[in-house]
Amino acid sequence: MEQFLQQVINGISLGSIYALMALGYTMVYGIIKLINFAHGDVYMIGAYVGYFCMTNLRLGFFPSLLISMLVCAILGVAIEKIAYKPLRNATRIAVLITAIGVSLFIEYGTMYIASPNPRSYPRLTGFMAKSYQVGGLTFSAQQILIIIITVVLMILLQLIVKKTRIGKAMRAVSLDRDAAQLMGISVDNTISFTFLLGSALAGAAGILVGIYYNSINPLMGMMPGLRAFVAAVFGGIGIIPGAMIGGYFIGLVEVMVSGYVNSMFRDAVVFAILIVILIVKPSGLLGKETREKV
Amino acid sequence: MLEITNLHVHFGVIHAIKGISLTVNDGEIVTLIGANGAGKTTTLRTISGLKKPSEGTIFFDGRDITSLSAQERVKLGISQVPEGRRVFSSMTVLENLELGAYLRKDRDGIAKDLDMVFERFPILAERRKQQAGTLSGGEQQMLVMGRALMSRPKLLCLDEPSMGLAPLLVQEIFDIIKDINEKGTTVLLVEQNASMALQIAHRAYVMETGRITLSGTGSELMQSEEIKKAYLGG
Repeated sequence: MEQFLQQVINGISLGSIYALMALGYTMVYGIIKLINFAHGDVYMIGAYVGYFCMTNLRLGFFPSLLISMLVCAILGVAIEKIAYKPLRNATRIAVLITAIGVSLFIEYGTMYIASPNPRSYPRLTGFMAKSYQVGGLTFSAQQILIIIITVVLMILLQLIVKKTRIGKAMRAVSLDRDAAQLMGISVDNTISFTFLLGSALAGAAGILVGIYYNSINPLMGMMPGLRAFVAAVFGGIGIIPGAMIGGYFIGLVEVMVSGYVNSMFRDAVVFAILIVILIVKPSGLLGKETREKV
Repeated sequence: MLEITNLHVHFGVIHAIKGISLTVNDGEIVTLIGANGAGKTTTLRTISGLKKPSEGTIFFDGRDITSLSAQERVKLGISQVPEGRRVFSSMTVLENLELGAYLRKDRDGIAKDLDMVFERFPILAERRKQQAGTLSGGEQQMLVMGRALMSRPKLLCLDEPSMGLAPLLVQEIFDIIKDINEKGTTVLLVEQNASMALQIAHRAYVMETGRITLSGTGSELMQSEEIKKAYLGG
């Protein structure tokens, strides 16, 4: 039982990172119906920026977190403006292929600049290096940090989406782009803002995974990116709370499979889940069945 | 107020609007009637900036708006109620109305207009916290009209407001349009329900396959034999 609870804690920590990434997938999909395959690479850049801030600039964790989020936000907006915006009226497959191209460009561009070798994150010091025993369970300070930061960011995101003017514009554009334009909403600005939010969250996820696993490399975004994508589909792509639930779910599944079955099977199970969802309920856990209009 | 000259619109190789010209004067209700596929909705979408014309000009209040974005046109005072009651379904009635005032900054004015909309459509006040997608067809039509009024438009363009509504509701919607116009908003009304539209319109245009084939005052067209035959059922 103790071992199980310990796995739950590990799963929630890892799931937090997937949830942060899944939010970016789901928001971008909601607004332009694109699976942004470069999203995992924005997360990788977030990890590198955090590494750079903490080692080269010797900044603390929190300033590094903010800088990572900021740099990734700018990167996300730039990707949208340069790569996706010119294709606004192109077929969806054209944009999808472009997204894969952007992904490869960022991965191998980073390899060229920062070398393909993995780097290890600096050790955290002070209270952040401690771990806490409660009952028979161990909470590392990193896990607590990851969970708290994720929850704070999710609450902020919900406030932005539900309460602010731009958040309402985001929802309006994702529900009905033409009608939103008739309200005077600028679709381009709203899409940029969506990339900004999603990419900032990916940046946060990147630096959090850096302190959690210690090792980063230019291809680190590929598999987590795909798992976060599965998380978004599991919760119902386009639905923000769905991405949160999906992220935690995939995190737990991964940890449980690694812990009780065999860690080699974890991705097989994650993608089996994807296949099952697509067969049983393609709209996801929170998705509504939409009938095609005739 | 609105002056369209020699407007052409293409969808790829399809020539949907073939050189129409029409005018809407201050304070009028002008209706554009015609069969399905005549190009009425395309004309409205071109006026509101959702569709770019391939040729021709659109002037609004003496200003050339042909190349302006939809957003800028809303700012100038053109508001469109799209066809098929496009409410933001998973947002509340209140949020829908607030989005209608998206470009306005005058909080007091917005609050006042919100009261005005609730007064005109009391059912919306009752359902303000409800998701717009759960409203009935008639209520959704009222919501999109209220939403369009929230931008305080000079010109209100309505696309098929009577579509799919019960006759009693249609009458109510047309009474409301008339009232909105009497309170000072110019109206451009696209309708398939020609008899209702002609009754409240000052002037009317008839569209057929991308061209305007007839125009005149509402009552003139109601008397016209051609119109009677084609659109008024005898």
